[in-house]
Amino acid sequence: MAMRKVLIFGRFERFWHWSQMALIVILMLTGFGLHGFHDLFDFEVAVTIHMYAASALLILWMFSVFWLFTTETWRHFLPTGHGLWQVLRFYSFGIFRGERHPYRKAFWRKHNPLQALAYLMLKVVLFPLIWVTGLLYIFYFLWRDIPHATGWLEAVAMIHTGAAFAILAFAFIHVYMLTTGHSFREHVTPMITGFDLVELTPEEEAYLEKDQPAMIR
Amino acid sequence: MFITTTRLVAVGLMLVACSSSASPHTTPQETTAQDTPSQQRPQRSGPLTGGTADHAKFEVLQQAFESGPEVTEACLSCHTETGEHFMRNVHWTWDYVDPDTGQQLGKRHLINNFCTNARGNEGMCAQCHAGYGWKDEDFDFTDETRIDCLVCHDGTGTYYKTPNNEGHSACSVMFEDMAPLDLGEIARNVALPSRENCGTCHFNGGGGDNVKHGDLSTALIDPPHDLDVHMDAAGLNFSCTACHITKQHVWAGSRYKVVSRDTEGTGQPGERRDVATCESCHGLSPHPIDSIRAFKLNDHVSSVACQTCHIPEFARGGVATITDWDWRTAGRTRDGEGYHEHGYTQGNGEHRYTYKSIKGDFVYDEDIVPEYAWFDGQMHYTTIDTKFDDSQQPIEINGFDGSREDADSRIWPFKRMRTWMPYDAGNATLVYTHLWGVDDAAYWGNYDMGRAIARGMADFGLDYSGEFGFVETLSWWPITHMVAPKEDALACRDCHAAEGRLAGLEGVYLPGRDHSRWLDIIGIIAVGATLLGILIHALIRLFSKGEQH
Repeated sequence: MAMRKVLIFGRFERFWHWSQMALIVILMLTGFGLHGFHDLFDFEVAVTIHMYAASALLILWMFSVFWLFTTETWRHFLPTGHGLWQVLRFYSFGIFRGERHPYRKAFWRKHNPLQALAYLMLKVVLFPLIWVTGLLYIFYFLWRDIPHATGWLEAVAMIHTGAAFAILAFAFIHVYMLTTGHSFREHVTPMITGFDLVELTPEEEAYLEKDQPAMIR
Repeated sequence: MFITTTRLVAVGLMLVACSSSASPHTTPQETTAQDTPSQQRPQRSGPLTGGTADHAKFEVLQQAFESGPEVTEACLSCHTETGEHFMRNVHWTWDYVDPDTGQQLGKRHLINNFCTNARGNEGMCAQCHAGYGWKDEDFDFTDETRIDCLVCHDGTGTYYKTPNNEGHSACSVMFEDMAPLDLGEIARNVALPSRENCGTCHFNGGGGDNVKHGDLSTALIDPPHDLDVHMDAAGLNFSCTACHITKQHVWAGSRYKVVSRDTEGTGQPGERRDVATCESCHGLSPHPIDSIRAFKLNDHVSSVACQTCHIPEFARGGVATITDWDWRTAGRTRDGEGYHEHGYTQGNGEHRYTYKSIKGDFVYDEDIVPEYAWFDGQMHYTTIDTKFDDSQQPIEINGFDGSREDADSRIWPFKRMRTWMPYDAGNATLVYTHLWGVDDAAYWGNYDMGRAIARGMADFGLDYSGEFGFVETLSWWPITHMVAPKEDALACRDCHAAEGRLAGLEGVYLPGRDHSRWLDIIGIIAVGATLLGILIHALIRLFSKGEQH
């Protein structure tokens, strides 16, 4: 087993991550403004930006889902109980005692079990909640005449707002996690360059060096 | 200017009776002969714009007419069917039965919370009846020659009317020394009705300029673009009939039968829809879809009346409207004589009376933000026949329904008029008050409310307990004129805000206004707790052994 710098975040994945980040920041700012928490934008401007940003994010997600399945990278997000407890225990206690992080990135498993579970929940619960309710919100004019439409709209608005709060909390934790272990910079760099230290089996190492030399340093 | 001013003075004198709102009086001689834009350019009357006949060449009109009915006879000698047509419209009948509620409406019967009732006061009020000589119950509504063609079709601006009986001497003095009418000249110069013609009555309802409606004032005779984009004298220059489209002398657009939500729009190509709705010209998707904003605004059409955003304020253009009227203070005299008090100077510099012995106290206002409510187009009137519960004040003279769930309802702007007015305290009904007359029971002469009511009720065989009081009433006036340029229309935040214009509107979830307090509290606590957890975690890391790098 050898620790090598390997390309684990391809160009699309990095583009996806950073544009998603930018769009979510825009959506949060405009969305909470529309909600009435601040007055940084005119309502009309905020609605326009929010709608364009949401449309862009939906398109981005469509590409990302396609990418996840065609490249088989969806496997990185499969939940596993194996090692989950150790990671939880590390962040709750071990980190304070100077223990070593129990997880080692593998070529086909770049997230630790807690990360994988968190991202999976984000992908299959929070994001769908917010985009489904967002679309229902946008297309209200199509269903405004069903019985109790305003009651349903209120429910849609609540779920949309609730999901926004949850995503905001996620984003704070996500950013905080970058400060643990390595330095903040070392955590962010892989999402910029794509390369990170990964524990490779001799076979993986040999394969990458021979067939994918651009992916290994 | 000369012509307009002549008409205005006449209007001021006639309609306002002893209470002309404009002061000091201008006489025609004092004004300069200066053409206004609307006289230079004919107003646009919609598809009916004519031009097939020059009335000055008609033989039957080459005469000096002695009286109005003689002119009417001449008109009807060519317009053979018009008399019959005209007699069906409310300008003639002052009578309307609501087909849905069965209520007997019409100016002839209704009580309003301004000068209260036309009934029994026709000698004064029926100046605005489109006929000649209605002063009491004996008027012949089947006599075509009694139709007054000229009041609407005078193209010279010199025509005027005086009350049909002279009233108390204190008032009738106002109508002396009017210049004699040249009926022949007027008849030879008839035209499609201009804003001045309609405005003679409709701008002066309630006893003075803009008193009643709030969105119909003399400011609309030659309005600038920012007062009304359609009537803009230098622009589209619409006459009233451009929207209030007319068929056989019956007009579209009625306050008795309001189309609160037009779902047909412009209709089929070339189809003429006999409605006065905005949608009949602008269609059902009035905002060209070139942005998210326009797309969202078109969504609003199904629940928000065009007027709500496009008439941000009414009583604009320098002419105030009355919003509160208190009849309780009427009847005060000085040395036995009635008097007025100035108390309000409106935007165009004219003074308005805030107290008159004959009417009581008034409150004026201008540039008013309307009241907003769901409105289904159906008014329910408190009529002379309605018994109400006077412990439940204010009494709505015209209440209305509407809700988000109702397919005909949209959010409409209203003028709210609040009046303390006389009523029968024993029977809990409104009353007909005999205000104007040549007899000594008329209130505008004797200032004795009890006698005026007793007479007003007795004249129509109505039960009166003999005990009158004052009741607080409201009336609601849908706002539909004074359409502002689109740049002045409301912005989203005017309603989509916690303390916005629709703060009190129920039945709808309004983004930006509505929140779940609990969801917000839980959300803020959850995000706050996350940040706190992060902080604690970071502090423990900072002060513990340190991390493996």
